[in-house]
Amino acid sequence: MLITCPYCGPRDVSEFAYQGDGNRKRPDPASTDPETWNAYVYDRLNPAGAHNEIWQHAGGCRAHLAVVRDTLTHEVSSVRFAREHGAPTHGRRKSGAKA
Amino acid sequence: MSPRRTPSGGRIDRLRTIRFTFDGTAYAGHQGDTLASALLSNGVSLFGRSFKYHRPRGVLTAGIDEPNALVTVLRGDVREPNIPATMVEIYEGLVAVSQNRFPSLAYDVSAINQLGGKFISAGFYYKTFMGPVIGPLKGTRFWMLCEKIIRRAAGLGRAGNVPDPSRYERMNAFCDVLVVGSGPAGLSAAREAATSGARVILAELDPTFGGSANWSGETIDGEPAIAWASDIVGELRDHDNVRLLKRTTVWGYYDGNTLAAIERVGDHKATPAKGAPRHRHWTIRAKNVVLASGAFERPLVFAGNDRPGVMMASAAMRYANQYGVLPGDKIVVFANNDSAYSAAATLNKAGATIVAIADLRQDVSEDCRTLARECGAELLTGHAVIATEGAKKLAGVKLAAFSIAAGVLPGNARKIEADCLIVSGGWSPTIHLASQAGARPVWDDDLQAFLPPESGNGWYGAGGFNGTFSTADAILEGFAAGRKAAGQPEVEIGTAPDIEPAALDPRPAPVFEIKANGKAFVDYQHDVTADDVRLAHLEGFVSVEHLKRYTTLGMATDQGKGSNVPGLAIMAEAVGKPIPEVGTTRFRPPYAPVSVGSLAAERFGDLKPDRLTPMHDWHLENGATMYSAGLWHRPMIYGEPGETVEQAYVREAQTTRQAAGIVDVSTLGKIAVQGPDAAEFLDRVYTNLFSTLPVGKARYGLMLREDGLVFDDGTTWRLGDNDFLMTTTTANAGKVMQHLEYFLDVVWPELRVHLTSVTDQWAGAAIGGPRAREILAACVTGTKVDNEALPFMGIVHGEIAGAPVLICRLSFSGEMAFEVYSGSGHGTHVWEALIEAGEPFGMVPYGLEALSTMRIEKGHVTGAEIDGRTSARDLHLGWMLSKKKPFIGSAMMDREGLVASGRLELVGLISLDNRPLNGGAHIVAEIDTDNPHGSLGHITAACFSPALGKYIALALVSGGKARHGKRAHVSDPLRNRFGPVEIVSHHFFDPEGKRMHG
Repeated sequence: MLITCPYCGPRDVSEFAYQGDGNRKRPDPASTDPETWNAYVYDRLNPAGAHNEIWQHAGGCRAHLAVVRDTLTHEVSSVRFAREHGAPTHGRRKSGAKA
Repeated sequence: MSPRRTPSGGRIDRLRTIRFTFDGTAYAGHQGDTLASALLSNGVSLFGRSFKYHRPRGVLTAGIDEPNALVTVLRGDVREPNIPATMVEIYEGLVAVSQNRFPSLAYDVSAINQLGGKFISAGFYYKTFMGPVIGPLKGTRFWMLCEKIIRRAAGLGRAGNVPDPSRYERMNAFCDVLVVGSGPAGLSAAREAATSGARVILAELDPTFGGSANWSGETIDGEPAIAWASDIVGELRDHDNVRLLKRTTVWGYYDGNTLAAIERVGDHKATPAKGAPRHRHWTIRAKNVVLASGAFERPLVFAGNDRPGVMMASAAMRYANQYGVLPGDKIVVFANNDSAYSAAATLNKAGATIVAIADLRQDVSEDCRTLARECGAELLTGHAVIATEGAKKLAGVKLAAFSIAAGVLPGNARKIEADCLIVSGGWSPTIHLASQAGARPVWDDDLQAFLPPESGNGWYGAGGFNGTFSTADAILEGFAAGRKAAGQPEVEIGTAPDIEPAALDPRPAPVFEIKANGKAFVDYQHDVTADDVRLAHLEGFVSVEHLKRYTTLGMATDQGKGSNVPGLAIMAEAVGKPIPEVGTTRFRPPYAPVSVGSLAAERFGDLKPDRLTPMHDWHLENGATMYSAGLWHRPMIYGEPGETVEQAYVREAQTTRQAAGIVDVSTLGKIAVQGPDAAEFLDRVYTNLFSTLPVGKARYGLMLREDGLVFDDGTTWRLGDNDFLMTTTTANAGKVMQHLEYFLDVVWPELRVHLTSVTDQWAGAAIGGPRAREILAACVTGTKVDNEALPFMGIVHGEIAGAPVLICRLSFSGEMAFEVYSGSGHGTHVWEALIEAGEPFGMVPYGLEALSTMRIEKGHVTGAEIDGRTSARDLHLGWMLSKKKPFIGSAMMDREGLVASGRLELVGLISLDNRPLNGGAHIVAEIDTDNPHGSLGHITAACFSPALGKYIALALVSGGKARHGKRAHVSDPLRNRFGPVEIVSHHFFDPEGKRMHG
């Protein structure tokens, strides 16, 4: 599996660290609503198909990347900086929406 | 007669004789022989004993699909079991032994298992040994009794138990086109791709390129196929853009067109070339792949089809043409298709008598009739072999009339004397790699085989792999696949090459099994019979995947290369469905066994990375016993002659508390947190406030995870308004860095903060004890170190022996203590200056054991207590949870379960029987050595406390503080340690902290 890091180019997956489901949005830190926090901390999407994920280029530039990966084929269809775009926008939220 | 060498012919070098031994007997073969061909040339027909029944077995095939002739190759004390003799190239001094026999191959006591066949049919182990004990001969306890005997009797080769001295290596390769297989189709594809300028890798699992050209006996455009193949190989060698890999099995096809291959670099040599590895693992990234992996001829399932002397027709042909070996003199042919007729003609030409050809079909083509006539064989159409005879080798076969509709017809069976029976049950394309890549095979009624789809995502097929069995068509398909894979436009394909002899019809009769009395094997290597497959069906196994697991069909080291389709066919018949509806199993990597050494390669032994502190050499020179902490090496103790570990750490801790001690703390994680929003960032990640920390001061900080449990702790130093130096525990340094980066990059990208890991840039020495300040005063210049200049948690800049240092007054030992940081290049220089300054004060260096002892005495927590299950309150760190701000974990830390009563809390323990306590031991109210139960918690860390003169421990115990002053017991059945303890506060020593505040 290759991930094309926007800084470093196409690199082997062994250089990257998986950092979880990219569909989650951290609740307002001032809120203590247990439901919201529980969903954020414990709920994960597990689709058979395209999935938003956060990967860190841990063995490279260390940037966090918002990656859309097909869980059935490992095909990576989109890679963006998580920093610039916020969480990826495939899945729960509509494609193209700003985080 | 036995198998023998022909007087001439073959691709072996008859002038070069190679000596080797098999089961202690010396034999000779020639350069170019495999162990199988060399043994056959010496008249050996018995190669091994079978898995369950210990039946005598010979050699069935000539290649990687060999299920029977598995041997162990010995090199000194190193043994490599379960290698097909067909894949071992002989070399001078080769030592091989047969397997699964006792005391010898010819006289095997377990052969008696053949008589008990009914008892060890499919599912025997499950039925006999699983479940409750009913009577003396059932159940799991009975299994435990029998296991040793059964494990010895069943199974294949025995693994070695000495370290493997061989070297292995890994390579990465990139190419435009990877061609798997170098038969006519593969060579044609490689040539076409190479000519177009593409970077090509051609992988061939055999020692010679050419595939079937090596044994087909064909001519291509008037030239012998072998010459045609070597011309192309020569041409490919001249291309700079081609890499030729022989003895290389491509065994895995992964996503993104990443393929794994193993190159056997040294297995065929008596002594490996200097510096050469034994095996080389290849990770190949190919833009496109051409799969030209050929096809396997599959056996027919009939009674006695495993007797030595029974051989695949194509294998017999290969032995004759490639190795100059005749598998027998009086040969009977048994087939359901035409291809066996060319084998018969080849063997006849090489000098064997073809006694009879039994063809399951009633109608046989004129081409075949001519071939049968030419080799003088009696042609028996509509006939089947119903039994074989002979003890350890074939003596004769029994034939009976057969119809495809009705099976074996009643009537007189006929016996024919023969020493070899060659069999062909049709061909199965080698679609393993395509299947791994996700391709769904399609059943083809004409060829009675699963074929791959036309092409896949990233691969093209050619030749036998596609079910294209004529050499002419294979060459054309290779040409087309090579062009496509190289990204070349399609062109009109020229005329097909002229192949002699002309291709025969590859379509077999749809017959897989001849039902008759006797064991008929489907999977030779796992001794799975046709009856086992039917039994599995009777017992309710309907899915092929379940069938496979229940009968172990196709699960041996050959992975069912020959048995897959016959097994499915028999299952389909039992179920009463056509084969495509029963489906096939998906092939998974590896295609063939792979050495673990090649996967580990250099990530082993001396070449694993080590992390050493700047003062590492000093520790070694000064008598430290080192201890591995992750990748780090840290001093455990600086023992004096004759001291035990306990005596050493007690002396070190005691001296520190009485005078002073120094310890290397360079391994602590260190992160520079810098930027205008650094203080705000720290407020969010720590449970306590850091924005209020003045410049020049440090503060102890605690981090939680999002779920509210404790993550890590450490001190953070404010060096400037926007400049912090964070320290983390040694073990969590990487994790904390990643955690901070994640939040900065993903959650709070608006914060202007930069993180830099500076663990390796700073050397750290912690110096503590009542004389520590005097020692510092003696060697530090450029700053005062008195209480006013350097109060508790204060930071100063100064110099030691000319090197700039950063000193912070903080304490892990509980003593008046200072951490001295210098650039790592100055680490040893500063350390030595501190040691020299400490000498007049009686300071000692101390290791991890003393460090841990003093922290236990103080009740400080480390990774043993921060175990991913404890909350801040469990560790009595509730006072660090700020109420003024939200922080990571603040929303989840007050969940019901985390504030419930009865949680495990940090306490201290004192051993009341004056014996050591062990980490991991449980705490119970009452001892019950027979049935230990009722755990209240467990010990996390234990030591002898020189300050208290007692064995003490930290523990996580339910109820915690409420149990202070109460008695309990340790219960440690594993180490047989039971005894009374008193539960006390975790602050054993100087609870008010007078010593460190000074």
